[in-house]
Amino acid sequence: MARAVSTRRKIGFTIAAWAVGLAIFFPILWTILTSFKTEAEAISSPPSFLFFDWTLENYTTVQERSNYFRHFWNSVVISLGSTVLGLIIAIPAAWSMAFVPGKRTKDVLMWMLSTKMLPPVGVLIPIYLIFRDVGLLDTKTGLVIVLTLINLPIIVWMLYTYFKEIPGEILEAARMDGATLRDEIIHVLTPMAVPGIASTLLLNVILAWNEAFWTLNLTAAKAAPLTAFIASYSSPEGLFYAKLSAASTMAIAPILILGWFSQKQLVRGLTFGAVK
Amino acid sequence: MATQHSRSAARIMISPAVVLLLAWMIVPLVLTVYFSLLRYNLLMPGTERFVGFLNYKLFYQNPAFWTAMLNTLLLVGGVLIITVVGGILLAILLDQPIWGQGIVRILVIAPFFVMPTVSALVWKNMFMNPVSGLFAEFSKAVGLAPFDFLSQAPLASIIGIVSWQWLPFATLILLTAIQSLDSEQMEAAEMDGASALSRFWYITLPHLSRAITVVILIQTIFLLSVFAEILVTTNGGPGNASTNLTYLVYARSLLNFDVGGGSAGGVVAIILANIVAIFLMRMIGKNLDA
Amino acid sequence: MSIKRNLLVSAAGLAIAASAAHAEEITIATVNNGDMIIMQELSSQWEEETGNTINWVTLEENVLRQRVTTDIATGGGQYDIMTIGSYEAPIWGAQGWLEPVGDIEGYDYDDLIPAVREGLSHEGTLYALPFYAESSFTLYRTDLFEEAGLEMPDQPTYEQIAQFAETLTDRENELYGLCLRGKPGWGENMAFIGTLVNTFGGRWFDENWVPQLDQQPWNDALTYYLDVMEKYGPPGATSNGYNENQALFQTGKCAMWIDATSAAGRVFDPSQSDIAEHVGFTAAPIAETDKGNAWFWAWSLAIPTSSSKTEVAKDFLAWATSEDYVNLVGEEKGWVAVPPGTRVSTYENQNYIDAAPFAETVLNSIKAADPSDPTAEPVPYTGIQYVSIPEFQGIGTMVGQQFSAALAGQKSAEEALQAAQQSTMQEMQAAGYTQ
Repeated sequence: MARAVSTRRKIGFTIAAWAVGLAIFFPILWTILTSFKTEAEAISSPPSFLFFDWTLENYTTVQERSNYFRHFWNSVVISLGSTVLGLIIAIPAAWSMAFVPGKRTKDVLMWMLSTKMLPPVGVLIPIYLIFRDVGLLDTKTGLVIVLTLINLPIIVWMLYTYFKEIPGEILEAARMDGATLRDEIIHVLTPMAVPGIASTLLLNVILAWNEAFWTLNLTAAKAAPLTAFIASYSSPEGLFYAKLSAASTMAIAPILILGWFSQKQLVRGLTFGAVK
Repeated sequence: MATQHSRSAARIMISPAVVLLLAWMIVPLVLTVYFSLLRYNLLMPGTERFVGFLNYKLFYQNPAFWTAMLNTLLLVGGVLIITVVGGILLAILLDQPIWGQGIVRILVIAPFFVMPTVSALVWKNMFMNPVSGLFAEFSKAVGLAPFDFLSQAPLASIIGIVSWQWLPFATLILLTAIQSLDSEQMEAAEMDGASALSRFWYITLPHLSRAITVVILIQTIFLLSVFAEILVTTNGGPGNASTNLTYLVYARSLLNFDVGGGSAGGVVAIILANIVAIFLMRMIGKNLDA
Repeated sequence: MSIKRNLLVSAAGLAIAASAAHAEEITIATVNNGDMIIMQELSSQWEEETGNTINWVTLEENVLRQRVTTDIATGGGQYDIMTIGSYEAPIWGAQGWLEPVGDIEGYDYDDLIPAVREGLSHEGTLYALPFYAESSFTLYRTDLFEEAGLEMPDQPTYEQIAQFAETLTDRENELYGLCLRGKPGWGENMAFIGTLVNTFGGRWFDENWVPQLDQQPWNDALTYYLDVMEKYGPPGATSNGYNENQALFQTGKCAMWIDATSAAGRVFDPSQSDIAEHVGFTAAPIAETDKGNAWFWAWSLAIPTSSSKTEVAKDFLAWATSEDYVNLVGEEKGWVAVPPGTRVSTYENQNYIDAAPFAETVLNSIKAADPSDPTAEPVPYTGIQYVSIPEFQGIGTMVGQQFSAALAGQKSAEEALQAAQQSTMQEMQAAGYTQ
């Protein structure tokens, strides 16, 4: 017997779910709204919700003061670059762990994840000195390298969980047909793994985009991404809520939009093979 | 069965990742351990000298150390409890038949995309500020005195902010897990007269255990090194009230420029992180094999 | 000749002298205070004139300090120009980390206020050019004082300030009697508390570098500070630094505010301040002694030796700290907003005197503040609100953390002072000043 859902129940749940959803989203919504207010209106008491004079003034001020597009472009290069590089290194590793597991495979995987638990501040000065000596301070290359390394364990693990779901029989069959190892990876595995790779890519772009320790400490201006852009609005002179909101909106909008559009892939990516 | 050939190929394929991570771990670690044995202050170049374990002793004797340890545990534990419990409840709610489920999911997922610096700045200034923040406005509207979040309850406020950022993550994983639950089993239990609570306890929760472990594992990795939120909102204060181990190490090495002391703290933090890691890996390893 | 053309000619002349051949890209680290934001806006003129381009790194004071100090101490070379103060310039100059800047051709060094120039030199060599200089003073709301029938004396005492604050505080209407810095940091809350301790007769160290935080004057000063802040201060004071307090004062939430003289340019500016017409000012209050009751600070531009673009950087320094730049700000942004406290010519400029009623008070405060004689009892250091040793950044910030804990009510004044004394002793021992 199919469960007949009473309309009353549905209305109740709908109201509850929307209320919670809006509450969680409210800080972001409020930030976006405030970014269109004047500074005086931004702190007016009682606060105005929708009925104020909408203005784009803050966006122009922020753009005049800091070159948004440069930071944006740095963010794009750094997050995409580190993710793609990470995938190139991680795909073979995850493949071999998933399909040719040895006795130590699980240990290696767990060890990789544990490297992510090391507190970055503990090694900042050594890395800073190394970067200075090899001329990587304030370069996009330097950040791509660091972010690749810190996200590599997550990438490997996510890919591993996907690859493990791919039935081994298909590979056996391919091998019977005389496929080489290379063929096996390129023609058989990769197509099946594309959704998994796509979600891994998405999640890591987000993680790299939002990374705020290394990107802040290893850059000055030339390679500084949006995390550095927002840092300059942390407590500026005088009234600044509206400008802060505009800068915040500009910093999070790209990734928010990307995230929303690719929600389905991302949800799969986030589940980390947690769900069978 | 894997052949000898594919075994060696596998080894070759895994090696770049392993070698890189090993280098990433070992090189800075060796340097950090080396620095931790020196008196090394960035502001006084040329005065470096070997002092043995003095830095460790000083770091350990610093009263802030135990506060920071406790704060780290409270922060990680607090956020885990809030996000897991909240995530389960929210996942169950979103699993119900509702209108506009897709949009609600979009709303709920959004905080995960917000960079930590931005969310800390927004919460600090526009919500928690006791003079012109929204919470203060709300208190005033209902006739209460505004509560000064960041100085009266700094750690709890930070736990709140971090939980907001991670709740979407927990919710999404748990929601996907709930959706994969066999509905026939549920219906059968319902027919047998099992109450909603016992259905949750005996069917839903065991089904979620694997997803919950994953949430705990991944979040712990990130929560152990929470930094930006603290730096932006409270600078670890007032006093040491919201200083976690990461922030303490930062303060030592980059506010006092005492690289020796900071490195000693870094080594301590690394050891502790590894203890937690081993613990978690055991737990998760078991659960993932099942 | 118009000022703009004047600027153009002089800048062009310097540019030819410096590097006429190719345009360079320089990176400047600066604080997000109002005067620097104006410099950043106007710098496009320098870029156009010289063909060079600038990357700006604009950060909050505490963060800026950490970043530039890390960079300069490790020789990172990420910045070509750094914004530093009178604390760093002599110390870093002595370390050989800064380019001497006393030899820029055509630069009017004689126009710099001698005390400011002195404060940025080490053994007679100038290591930074002053962008603006400040002392501290008392800002108050004339309208509120009138309403309450109060009168602010020329030289108030802290006791009087407390009495005024008591009368004026009106929490119901979000009016707080006294706003003071509470954000921890040696350049934030400790800058104010440092002057408070001085005027209560205290000092950081005795002649043998023994920390004095366990002495009575510190206790008196801290007790006073905690008391007035609890009774008359705004909520959330532990996160209020210079900028946050400025925002509170500008929006009419503070009746009195004791802080940097450089705030005047902004609180008097009607386009930025709700209460511009009602601002009064007077000297910084005193308690037991008038020694060191107001600080001295000069935000300055300096060139790290690790920079590879010294000549272009010098050209920018000369431009941004020149009399012509002062005039440019006056023309473009209004005379009240010009960077104060560095040049004699600014205070002879009739436009400025007309626009800035506070000009003379500020100049006198700066002249009166003497970093080489900051305390009632003798000390082995210079600096009013800081101690001119490299270790002070760390010590001051640690002590500042303790005091903010006391301000939040986690600790009593005694506990905070005891902890502060203990950690200061530990640092001084480790650094080899004391046994």
